Amino acid sequence: MSKNRNTSVVGPVDWTVIGIWIFFVVFGWMTIYSAAYDSEHPMPFDFAKEYGKQMMWIGISVILAIFTLYVEGDFFAKFAWVIYGFFVLLLMLVLVIGKEVNGAKAWFGIGSFGIQPSEFSKIGVGLVLAKYIASIGGGQLKNHRSRLVSAAIIGLPAGLILLQPDVGSLLTFVAFIFVMYREGLSGNVLIVGFAAILFGVLSIVSGASTANIPFYGEQSGVWVLIIVIGILMLLTLLYARNFIPPRNRRKMYVLVTVGAIAASSFSYSVSYIVDNILEKHHKERIYVMLSLPVERKDADYNAEMAKITVGMGGVFGKGWLDGPMTQNNYVPEQWTDFIFSAVAEEWGFLGSLILIGTYVYLIIRLMFIADRQRSEFSRVYGYCVAFIFFMHFLINIGMVIGLAPIIGIPLPFFSYGGSSLMAFTLLLFIMIRLDSERWSVLK
Amino acid sequence: MDGRRYTLILIVLIVASIYVIRIFSLQVVSSYWSDRGTALTEKEVVVYPSRGVIYDRNLKVLVTSQTVYDLMVLPKDVVPFDTAKFCDITNLTLKELKAILKKAVTYPNVKYKPSPVIKQMKPEEYAPIAGELYQFKGFYAQARTLRVYPEKAGALLLGDVGEVTKALMEKYPEYKKGDYIGLSGIEKAYENELRGQRGIKYVFRDNLGVERQVANGTLDIKAIEGTHVVSSIDAELQKYGEKLLQNKRGCVVAIEPNTGEILAMVSSPTFDPNLLLGRARGKNFLALSRDKQKPLFNRVTQAQYRPGSIFKIAQSLTALQLGAITKETRIVCNRGIIGCHGSHSNDDLEMAIVHSCNPYFRGVLQRVVEAGRVKGSRNKDAHVGLGIWREQMMKFGFGTNLNTDIPGVKKGMVPSPEYYDRAYGKESWNFSTIYSISIGEGEMLVTPIQMCNLACIVANKGFYYSPHTVRSVGIGGKARPEFLEKHDVGVNAEYFDVVISAMEKVVGPGGTANGAKLQDIVICGKTGTVQNEPRKDHSVFVCFAPKENPKIALAVYVENCGFGGTWAAPIASLMIEQYLNGEVKNLDREKHILEQNFLNQ
Repeated sequence: MSKNRNTSVVGPVDWTVIGIWIFFVVFGWMTIYSAAYDSEHPMPFDFAKEYGKQMMWIGISVILAIFTLYVEGDFFAKFAWVIYGFFVLLLMLVLVIGKEVNGAKAWFGIGSFGIQPSEFSKIGVGLVLAKYIASIGGGQLKNHRSRLVSAAIIGLPAGLILLQPDVGSLLTFVAFIFVMYREGLSGNVLIVGFAAILFGVLSIVSGASTANIPFYGEQSGVWVLIIVIGILMLLTLLYARNFIPPRNRRKMYVLVTVGAIAASSFSYSVSYIVDNILEKHHKERIYVMLSLPVERKDADYNAEMAKITVGMGGVFGKGWLDGPMTQNNYVPEQWTDFIFSAVAEEWGFLGSLILIGTYVYLIIRLMFIADRQRSEFSRVYGYCVAFIFFMHFLINIGMVIGLAPIIGIPLPFFSYGGSSLMAFTLLLFIMIRLDSERWSVLK
Repeated sequence: MDGRRYTLILIVLIVASIYVIRIFSLQVVSSYWSDRGTALTEKEVVVYPSRGVIYDRNLKVLVTSQTVYDLMVLPKDVVPFDTAKFCDITNLTLKELKAILKKAVTYPNVKYKPSPVIKQMKPEEYAPIAGELYQFKGFYAQARTLRVYPEKAGALLLGDVGEVTKALMEKYPEYKKGDYIGLSGIEKAYENELRGQRGIKYVFRDNLGVERQVANGTLDIKAIEGTHVVSSIDAELQKYGEKLLQNKRGCVVAIEPNTGEILAMVSSPTFDPNLLLGRARGKNFLALSRDKQKPLFNRVTQAQYRPGSIFKIAQSLTALQLGAITKETRIVCNRGIIGCHGSHSNDDLEMAIVHSCNPYFRGVLQRVVEAGRVKGSRNKDAHVGLGIWREQMMKFGFGTNLNTDIPGVKKGMVPSPEYYDRAYGKESWNFSTIYSISIGEGEMLVTPIQMCNLACIVANKGFYYSPHTVRSVGIGGKARPEFLEKHDVGVNAEYFDVVISAMEKVVGPGGTANGAKLQDIVICGKTGTVQNEPRKDHSVFVCFAPKENPKIALAVYVENCGFGGTWAAPIASLMIEQYLNGEVKNLDREKHILEQNFLNQ
């Protein structure tokens, strides 16, 4: 019976999500058309232009999407490791025969097109992570072994991507940490993560200037931060006892001391890495985001142009094909990672609000879909999909509006590019397919 | 686990809220970013309006505009470029180019304001540059219009335009650097009408500096074309006058009596107004201003001559109106005090005008000035008398600027009692001291246009309109209101008959201006010979024609050539023939005039 339903018709698919996908792809293509518009090649199917090529990628993605809807959900669970393994293999291969673009070996060049395996590898990680967590039962990541295995599953492709090196793609793997949190990883991981971001930013900001420390002379400003942390620690140790019941005090002393030492050493390490290990342009990008002074005059060109372009939008936008910054190519390669700036300029605050609202709705809808699954595999995979989108949304839009450093990752369904469009389509439609089977899967 | 689900949803919502707030602040709250974007992408380009055309009274174009191009440089946008190629296409030497670029960034020029590289290139000069300009970032061309004079005539009358100077900009703050302004003639007098209104074109500039229209030009402010102006000048008459005065110093002014419209205003030597065009202007202007013959000096309105015999017309009218004489009054030609010419002894008024009898007019003035209004003191009597006389002279327009629309008009001089008080000391002068003004000599100074205006007054029998050069602002429009206002000179119409009759005889058989006679047109005129020791006399003639229903009044001055009837009168006659008949049949007379050269006298 269930088999019949699955094969004869595509099951009760979630048309809302498919609708959002169609909206994004159409809106995305229109934005690419506008950003890459060339009055000498106005035809939408002109393959010399990005919008022509994207049209082709959209066609392929539609076929992929339909095809995916007809694949039985079981297939993805059964072949999770094969898919994972295949993409890990590609990630290794790309290090050897990959084409270097912008300093990273992330692409297979096929003719004039390129395929970026890291985009697809997330599907593999999601599937395998889902399969593993489902297999350990109850979806509980309580013991160290399960955490280690999960970390390894994520870490292997992440490590390979780091070797390319493609920091942007690597960062999107943080999505899986959210998934692990959902599946039982201690909430401290989020607190630690937040603290890490806080102290990371503080150490970079303080490290950007120097301070004259008595007896030690001119030193990196990060030492000021460390001294402040130390003083705060001592103050807490001295006065906190008044507010904490005696039986908890010991624990508090340990926590505060360890925390302060951890914060200090972390801050120092970040500052050291930024100053001595990161490449200059990475350091500049971080500095630009934090509004710190940069040596090279136009280091912040892209960031500035992106913000200006967004700012031009106003409430209602300049209108499609009428954004002066977009139409005059002030943002380099705007149709890729900076595509949101074109949306913001031409559709204004209202358009931006609709885009962000729809994204948020998609992410939350995916979480809701995930939670309604009876299969643990499907649920975990659903969370993976939701948070991969979230990470891309977070970094990409944050970058355009100057709240995140310039990190080149695409905005799913909007940014120009075949790999990302196909990978995100697959990622999403596997979930739609899994969801359509939720009644037929007992476990 | 549900709690975690909500934690995650919360994280997503917090991030999204932060982003929305940030976008809201970038787009809506602060205008900082959009202002920068606007500054980056939009540029205001000034669109210069085309200046109004100046037509002659028959709508023939006297002055029009031609597009020229200024090659500009915006130093901040300049990147290293192929200077050799640039010099090649612009015909500049490397040294010149370097000097220009240096000047463009030297105070008061600054690198973010455009400076000119080559000014006023003609379209044919600009064409080869236009195609190559894209290779030179920071250089661009700006179109503007320049005046051209297809009739090549009326240089001083039409005037010229030039870039505003610092002093003018201070006076008229609405003008900006690089704007053009009328500097003289009609161009100056009708500047407000002719100049139109500057427009603004908004263009996008892309990251390469290429420009496109903003919003399909809907935001642009169109330049409003200058109003056309119809001059009262008859181009053919003007050109003919310039031709007749070639190789002579002097001037001719012709006015339509019943409107005050100036038909021709020739000051000689003249020059082709096209000389003061474009880049050659500076050089040519200097040459003209240094020329000893003073071609830039408008003799019609600025030369102040002693009036000479033609002034007897004004004297006659004044005396008649004041009741000092009647037309029957006879005065003996007593040549003991003042010289005379010709054979006559006891003329009445009409014949005294015809013979230009000096003693007669000395007597006339004496009756006006020394009328016994104050008893006991010749000085006080003359003081009062001269004041009354002067008042009437001022009504004729002497000693005034006539309220014309010609810039820089001189007033001439009608001596007042106060003037003689200053010159000779209070109470130490009387009629005997000042009698030479009776025959238009002495302190009396008039401009040719005032004399022509006098001819108009006679033609009109008692009134005039302020002479003006523009009969209609806009095609089919009206002259300025002040030129539609009739000025009554306060002399009864019947007193003019004797003067007109005398003036007719002047041109008639045996008259001093018989050589100016025309077969079919009755000319009424008066010759004058202005003494100009030690050089030769100026030849002067004022007249109007035809006698009935006059259409044209003239004043002709030819400097340093002799008797008025010999040169000035025939020139006036030829002008009348040209204007009233449209062609000249007295070719011998024309040839005789054209062949004369008095420039070196």
